[in-house]
Amino acid sequence: MDKRISLLVDGEERTLTVDTRTTLLDSLRDRLGVTSPKKGCDHGQCGACTVLLGGRRVNSCLVLAVAHDGAEVVTAAGLGGGGGELHPVQEAFLARDALQCGFCTPGQVCSAVGMLQEAATGQPSHVTADPGRAVELDDAEIRERMSGNLCRCGAYVNIVAAIRDAADPGRTSGTASAGARP
Amino acid sequence: MAELLASKAMGTSLRRVDGVAKVRGTAPYAFDHPVENPVYLFPVQATIARGTVSWIDTAEAEAVAGVIAVLTHLNAPRLARSDDAEYAVLQGPGIGFRGQFIAAVLAETGEIACHAAGLVAVGYDIAVHDASFTAGHPGQYTPGQVNGGAVPDTAAGDVEAALAEAAVVLDQTYTTPAGHNNPMEPHSTVAAWEGDSLVLYDSTQGVHAVRQTLAPLFGIAPENIQVAAPNVGGGFGSKGLPHAHVVLAVMAAQCSNGRPVKFALTRQQMFSLAGYRTPTVQHVRLGADGAGRLTAISHEVVELTSRIKEFAEQTAVPARMMYAAPNRRTSHRLVPLDVPVPSWMRAPGECPGMFGLETAMDELAEACGLDPLELRARNEPDLDPETGKPFSSRHLLECFTTGAGRFGWDRRSAVPGGRLEDGWRVGIGAASATYPFYRNPGNAARIAYGGDGTYTVQIGAADLGTGSWTVLAQIAADALDCPLEAVRLEIGDTSLPVASVAGGSSGTASWGGTIIAAADAFRKEHGDRPPAGAATQAAAPEDPEAGRYALHSFGAQFAEVRVHADTGELRVSRMLGVFSAGRIINPRTARSQFIGGMTMGIGMALHEAGIMDPRFGLVVNHDLADYHIPANADVGDVDAIWLEEVDLHAGALGARGIGEIGITGAAAAIANAAYNATGIRIRELPLTAEKFLS
Ligand code: FES
Ligand code: FES
Repeated sequence: MDKRISLLVDGEERTLTVDTRTTLLDSLRDRLGVTSPKKGCDHGQCGACTVLLGGRRVNSCLVLAVAHDGAEVVTAAGLGGGGGELHPVQEAFLARDALQCGFCTPGQVCSAVGMLQEAATGQPSHVTADPGRAVELDDAEIRERMSGNLCRCGAYVNIVAAIRDAADPGRTSGTASAGARP
Repeated sequence: MAELLASKAMGTSLRRVDGVAKVRGTAPYAFDHPVENPVYLFPVQATIARGTVSWIDTAEAEAVAGVIAVLTHLNAPRLARSDDAEYAVLQGPGIGFRGQFIAAVLAETGEIACHAAGLVAVGYDIAVHDASFTAGHPGQYTPGQVNGGAVPDTAAGDVEAALAEAAVVLDQTYTTPAGHNNPMEPHSTVAAWEGDSLVLYDSTQGVHAVRQTLAPLFGIAPENIQVAAPNVGGGFGSKGLPHAHVVLAVMAAQCSNGRPVKFALTRQQMFSLAGYRTPTVQHVRLGADGAGRLTAISHEVVELTSRIKEFAEQTAVPARMMYAAPNRRTSHRLVPLDVPVPSWMRAPGECPGMFGLETAMDELAEACGLDPLELRARNEPDLDPETGKPFSSRHLLECFTTGAGRFGWDRRSAVPGGRLEDGWRVGIGAASATYPFYRNPGNAARIAYGGDGTYTVQIGAADLGTGSWTVLAQIAADALDCPLEAVRLEIGDTSLPVASVAGGSSGTASWGGTIIAAADAFRKEHGDRPPAGAATQAAAPEDPEAGRYALHSFGAQFAEVRVHADTGELRVSRMLGVFSAGRIINPRTARSQFIGGMTMGIGMALHEAGIMDPRFGLVVNHDLADYHIPANADVGDVDAIWLEEVDLHAGALGARGIGEIGITGAAAAIANAAYNATGIRIRELPLTAEKFLS
């Protein structure tokens, strides 16, 4: 069965006809040509498809497009605004070389943006010691909160560093350039 | 010794030139390429491990609105050649492993294709299959050669006599399970026939290799096949050569009325169709004198291959060159089974082999009463033990001493189980890493001057996350002695000069060396002030020193682990790798690659294991929920450093390749640390919690 829906994708109003079985991910990629979110598993197991849906991070492969008529979707391509500038999280990913093949990266970036928001609003994670208090985003918190986004290239160490930088640009210790040597 | 190219752009931590497009997600991977009016393919897979399709009914699938065609062995186009059973897709009713393609649905959308594929009805004549891998399997045989071309067996001296006389003998068996590459980008192909020409967007480690493989299968000239892969979402060997899905996509494009066909394997399908690492059983015997000097090394390996196509992992090969010992033996035996076809996975051979050998060395050190680093120092060979050649550069011990200070090796408790912190047993371990230097033949590069100060540098190389877009530009800038901004690099397309596969950690040396040769030829032909449009193409140079040296990279892996005293949960809190790999072209991307290999090593150590149900020939845990690869929270403080070095005998670049060494020795370092933490020696990967509770 087909249904006509509209979505606000990266600031642009888009209208499309979808099979009611079509996921948000496939709607974006195959129907609208928005290929920034990637399909790593189609089962909610890898996070490569992460987008911000109504401002919250979701695995877009687990979302049926037809259920979100009128929703706002932001992908990594639209995070930085219209002028082509990058979001601070994206800048930090570049500075820390928090990517290799780049396939998981749009999902990591969207997930990080959503996660920073969750932490800022005090949502606890599995490793939060005291859920009643403001979240202190240490490395353990970042790792835990980013564990829904797999990276087979193994860029986690740099992803954590990038998110640490983006979360609190003033706090960062260490240099952004890699390659410590003996 | 080749004249070394001086570093200007090389050696700098340039940011990835493709980075901006990748953090935005706008860099196109294979399936992302927009094509007009595509057809979507979804395959049907065999649900038996051996036998034949006796009947197949596609009527119900064909009746679904939006289905364009259903291909089976009865109606699929005939290939020009079908001698390679992996590629002989739909050429007959035979089934060689569970998961093999037996049909494919072409439809207007992916949803329709997937739905209709489920409506294809199949009957089988089931044959008795064998998917049980055991070291004592009676069907095992000696392959003609192992991957990489080495002989399967070697022997020197008298191992048995030396073991009988040795003051200390270590005799143990180590096992590693099946590993699945699982690049984050599933294997994907977009295929279109344009008249007699085939155009492919493919997720591959080598566009030219895809062309060379497909041309004879489809009986067309290689020039009539164009393959593009500007961005590749990881491969780790599984995209080194095309697999059956590429053949199926091309075939389907012959039946789609000229429309392009889009086909991405699902994550589940990848477990039977994209290659994987064989499980191994490694019998290691070491003999040493009273001072801990090895008198005998024996490394005997049993592993599997698929019955329909041989792949022989070179697991015992590193034992041939790591340590000095007068009496040595290595062997490889293959058990042929009715299972999916194994293939390359990051550091085939060295990765599993160094788990066995380096865990054994840790055990031997304890038996000799020596510090594990001291044991390595006492067994450092002067010459390559296997070939008798000098090493071009061997700094294994320097890696260990550098890392020991930095990692805090002196904090390691000499007695296992000596450190308990907050309910966690803490331990430190180390292991050697090694990987050979490969430089592949069959490369050419073209350089053209634009007239505006810019040079276009072309080679059909690949970037799978390895940083080729960045480091090849750096090499080209230095080779042309021009600013980096003046280089326009083009890679990842068969319209560019031929390039070897991104495999064997050979890419940078093979392609970079060729770019240097092309730059030399360009300057010789056109001088320092070339006219606009001046262009030169050149092949890689002959290596005048070929065969004179043993060229290998080395490294020292250090790990600190915490094993929970009550639950057995193991966490890797710290890791440090110190590597000696020749010249490092880009420290920023190099560190990422080393760390990436070590992180995959954490996965190998902690949880990766493809579980074969021998009753059905099925990889049971065939998705990312059940086959665990490391997640962010699995990875602690991991760092990699390297020795400042240029290999004087590895061509003008002096770089030996870094893509694979990071995974070698990593699992052994973690297992050795776990022993140091608990006193429990685990010889069967992965190091799951229950093994620490016995
Ligand atoms: S593609 Fe959605 S979680 Fe993997
Ligand atoms: S960068 Fe390749 S999977 Fe994360």
